[in-house]
Amino acid sequence: MEKRLFMKGNEALAYGAIKAGCRYYFGYPITPQNEIPEYFSRHMSQAEGCFIQAESEVASINMILGASAGGARAMTSSSSPGVSLMQEGISSLAGSELPAVIVNVTRSGPGLGGISASQGDYFQATRGGGHGDYRTIVLAPHSVQEMHDLAMLAFDLADLYRNPLVILADAVLGQMHETLEDRPYRALELPPKNWTLTGASGRKPNLIKSLYLKEGEMEKHNWKLFEKYRSMKKEVRYEISRAEDARMIVAAFGTSARVAKTAIQMARAQGLKVGLFRPITLYPFPEQALLDLSQRVKKFISVEMNTGQMVEDVKLSVARDADVYFHGHPPGSPPDPEEVFEAIKKVY
Amino acid sequence: MKQVFKRPASLKDIPFHFCPGCHHGTIHRLVAEAIDQYHLRERTIGIAGVGCAVFVYEYFDIDTAEAPHGRAPAVATGLKRALSDRIVFTYQGDGDLASIGMSEIVHTANRGENITVIFVNNTVYGMTGGQMAPTTLLGQQTTTSPYGRDFNQDGYPIRMAEMLATLEGTAFSARVALNTPANVMKAKKAVRQAFEMQMNDMGFTFVELLSACPTNWGLNPIKANERVEKELIPYFPLGVFKERKGSDHF
Repeated sequence: MEKRLFMKGNEALAYGAIKAGCRYYFGYPITPQNEIPEYFSRHMSQAEGCFIQAESEVASINMILGASAGGARAMTSSSSPGVSLMQEGISSLAGSELPAVIVNVTRSGPGLGGISASQGDYFQATRGGGHGDYRTIVLAPHSVQEMHDLAMLAFDLADLYRNPLVILADAVLGQMHETLEDRPYRALELPPKNWTLTGASGRKPNLIKSLYLKEGEMEKHNWKLFEKYRSMKKEVRYEISRAEDARMIVAAFGTSARVAKTAIQMARAQGLKVGLFRPITLYPFPEQALLDLSQRVKKFISVEMNTGQMVEDVKLSVARDADVYFHGHPPGSPPDPEEVFEAIKKVY
Repeated sequence: MKQVFKRPASLKDIPFHFCPGCHHGTIHRLVAEAIDQYHLRERTIGIAGVGCAVFVYEYFDIDTAEAPHGRAPAVATGLKRALSDRIVFTYQGDGDLASIGMSEIVHTANRGENITVIFVNNTVYGMTGGQMAPTTLLGQQTTTSPYGRDFNQDGYPIRMAEMLATLEGTAFSARVALNTPANVMKAKKAVRQAFEMQMNDMGFTFVELLSACPTNWGLNPIKANERVEKELIPYFPLGVFKERKGSDHF
């Protein structure tokens, strides 16, 4: 059995990232994710890595681009408004096929919004976020353990696909303390990085770019990226629980899934046969698993801390094979389990 | 017969696409000569800005990356921190560096990042077709200042070399021109010194090169060179504004 730690979500994530070989962190302060840069500023020198407090999120993401082009494992973190500022850079990373890990410990919006938990950035994260037709893998932790474990996985997946990857957490996950099994980092088998900019010594120059002006080049590049996004689909990860006898499934991710788990216990205590479907990858969305579920369960309710985003993916996944309902709790505060239980009862 | 002049090894053997009379080709050559002089080709990485400057990767026989508009100094920061024994330079125009990228250039200089910045100041946006730049001179007509730049409306042209020289992190800041053979020789010396100081871990080095853009100035190449002398140099004086000596390197 692994050693057990008691950690804050933001720190568990940074701890996992360093274990996975992240040696370059560039970021700008914003609540509720400040424990991440603070952790790196304390620990990067011991890890023989580098921490820079950048002048802005725009600079952070472009520093990531440079370190990644040099072959290093690099990450940044921010919260919603800061991640909006990074979108041009994330698009450039995708177009240039550079691996990077971007953590969004979301807060509520729009605008400066508030510092409480929100899932209002689901669309931004799962639809690329910036300009151009690109996608990033999106991992959605729902516990301090997953903040740590998915941070380790993130670097491998980013390297495997040469693509930026987003970890979509929220204020609750970033700020809460939980026990954590101190699992070791186990690397996936990864291809060699023969594309990095290290100086053209004994080889032809390497080039990292996203500008394609010559006739036909852009189309060709986009088809190549499209194939890559399609190949990412095998990375789907999800949790299904109490679905064997379920009449109804609650679909929820992140903090909403934690609240939903309590609401499902309340429903079960009253004899309602309710199960949970929790996507861990929001992109690729586990559409096949949902479609399979919808062959025997005919009612789904998507519970989110927004006014209706993931529900669209749930609807697309189950097609017309089941009815899909929505319970939204607008950004500002998480819903109570009682509120979610009431929503379940109403639809059940 | 002894060969006295040839293409620098760091430049590929392909013709430049630049307009007749444009100074980008000369600047490419000066940078390549500095790389060759110190045998840096196999450990130098170039970061291209956006605009006419972006095509450095077509011409230099070295590893290169392209940065989003204005962000080359941030990209160079990340790369240099990851590979501190390599030589890293950015190549940026005036719109890229002094307008959209003002924040990145100032903070990169202020951190004393050990990189070299080649700043091509031709007082106009080139690739997008001749719009007003932060360095456009008062009264200068561009496609977005059709009545001439007016300080009431547009503010004043920015002197980057002087501004960056005020920062403690800057080790070297100079402005040079390319309108006469004598100025080209001085420019060559400044570019060489910037690379040499980077090799010696002296900190942030910056060379601003006043450059002609005959196409967007609506002048022929000779008249464009005359404009550099008569209009640009009086407002953008040539010289070295900051030069850290080895002894005062902190």
